[in-house]
Amino acid sequence: MAKILMKGNEAIAEAALKAGAHGYFCYPITPQTEVAEYLSRRMPEVGGVFLQGESEVAVGNMLYGAASTGKRVFTSSSSPGISLMQEAISYIAGAQLPAVFVNIMRGGPGLGGILPAQSDYFQAVKAGGHGDYHLLVLAPSTVQEAVDLTMLAFHLADKYRNPVMIIGDGMIGQMMEAVEFPDKYEEPELPAKDWALTGAKDRDPQVLDSKYWALTGAEGRDPNIINSLYLDPVKLDDNSWILHEKYETMKRDEVRFEKYKISSDNRLLIVSYGTMARICETVIDELASEGVSVGLFRPISLFPYPAKQLREEAQKKNIENVLVIEMSIAQMFEDAERAILGAKPVKFYGRTGGVVPTPDDVKLRIQKLIENPSYQPSREA
Amino acid sequence: MKGVAMNNNEKTLFTRPEALVDVVTHYCPGCTHGVIHRQVAEVIDELGIRGRTVGVAPVGCSVFMYNYVKTDFMEAAHGRAPALATGFKRFRPDMIVFTYQGDGDLASIGTAEIVHAANRGEKITTIFVNNAIYGMTGGQMAPTTMPGQPTTTCPFGRDVNLTGYPIRVAELLATLKTPAYIERVAVHTPFHIIRAKRALKKAFTYQVENRCFTLIEVLSTCPTNWGKTPQESTQWLEENMVPYYPLGCYKDCEKVEASDAAV
Repeated sequence: MAKILMKGNEAIAEAALKAGAHGYFCYPITPQTEVAEYLSRRMPEVGGVFLQGESEVAVGNMLYGAASTGKRVFTSSSSPGISLMQEAISYIAGAQLPAVFVNIMRGGPGLGGILPAQSDYFQAVKAGGHGDYHLLVLAPSTVQEAVDLTMLAFHLADKYRNPVMIIGDGMIGQMMEAVEFPDKYEEPELPAKDWALTGAKDRDPQVLDSKYWALTGAEGRDPNIINSLYLDPVKLDDNSWILHEKYETMKRDEVRFEKYKISSDNRLLIVSYGTMARICETVIDELASEGVSVGLFRPISLFPYPAKQLREEAQKKNIENVLVIEMSIAQMFEDAERAILGAKPVKFYGRTGGVVPTPDDVKLRIQKLIENPSYQPSREA
Repeated sequence: MKGVAMNNNEKTLFTRPEALVDVVTHYCPGCTHGVIHRQVAEVIDELGIRGRTVGVAPVGCSVFMYNYVKTDFMEAAHGRAPALATGFKRFRPDMIVFTYQGDGDLASIGTAEIVHAANRGEKITTIFVNNAIYGMTGGQMAPTTMPGQPTTTCPFGRDVNLTGYPIRVAELLATLKTPAYIERVAVHTPFHIIRAKRALKKAFTYQVENRCFTLIEVLSTCPTNWGKTPQESTQWLEENMVPYYPLGCYKDCEKVEASDAAV
């Protein structure tokens, strides 16, 4: 398919359809409402379900009910709305259902603002709801990558029977870029969905749809039950360890990251993701043309975090400092610090609340840190 | 009939519905949840819909309904059953979806979800069990608690100056134009139980006919948390709840259509 110019939010919506999303539930909130507006027209065209709910609380729970059918379903929202969905996210994780959540982040806490930020990192990566669970979290840095990761998110949700979250800052949602969609989304085969609620009348319960758990009606078989309630503490412990095992598998198989201009000439290693990483790349290119060598390590999966791979880069002899740059205050910094385990000094620079550091802001800190390895970057240069 | 040898001159008059699981429930003695569960199961059997029915269990005393009624089930968060049912039914209009919710669940934490599911005309059936108290958590004040009724969070009786009057859910939802059928019934006497069954069957039948939202409010007893014997409880329900929560049909699309035609 030829490249077309598209706004990030609309590209995400179209990518979801390409990945076979049958349903979308929403509540309006800036800066992601274009996803809903786009799908209100497109979803009926592909014979899917589009529904605007009464609140994000309801939308999250509609997704829970819809996911029980075994169909691919998703929602999108922005920070305050995602906070309201945490209840359903926890239930969906506990009941092991696949669903995709897109968070086009704005500044917080509270009502915050409507400009781009990355300050929901903790909420997404550390699980914002109650209980022992994780989301699989993917962070695109371009509109094209948002398209690719959105399609991948549906596959991973089915593969692990776990909610997957795409976190993009408002910039990703609002920016227009040239994107390319595959004619058909190709993906590896997935297990059958015999868990789905489908009504088992005159049917073999093992061949219900293609998901191995949806609810389908119980005639001719024992009922399927979608549930996260275990009053027996041993059974709840069991369930949490089953989830834990999935997260350990994700840590082994689903780590995604990108290295940019990493070489043995680097004295400084930048760690950054999303739009912020892209600004860092601009600075790194500028510095390279001035003969200063800096490398970037960009996590794409934020859970699982590419900790081992980051540590390997940070441990290299030529690296004096690691600088984490984000549009939030030292959130991903904690994961980077934990990954590097004291092997090198880990420093932080970032702005939040909708303030996007400019290439000049970033360049100034990098230059100072290369001149003086003990320099501590700060808000005021 | 299970385990009973039948003579030729014996006639089976009463059996366990196929949709009702043969287990001991966790409900307290004198609680009417068991009666309502049985009626739901009977209706499912009579309409022959067990193989395509999905229930949504609430948070509250009936949280374990999936252990007692033999259909596919989802367990909802507190108050969110209508949202789950919406999400499910929108994908599977061929299936029959019901929610079973208590008064804390539906009339307090889940008011937004029930009002909007009803107003969108979701093709689901809600069984709303009103026993004027939070049962599972041990007898706290509900939005449906009667004026002056003591509970563990209003030990001196519900003070309407501080907490308002009980919410009449059937009347409230009947102001909406979309729902197909809303009726309030009770299950404290055999007479009322027969009428309740009729209402439940009508609600499920409407759903089978693909009509909009249906809700049956069932006045129910909670002897344990009311601090009464089962017999005192049925009497208390009759004397206190029935006058405030009048029984009867609040909305029926058939009748509305008929009266529209008459005009």
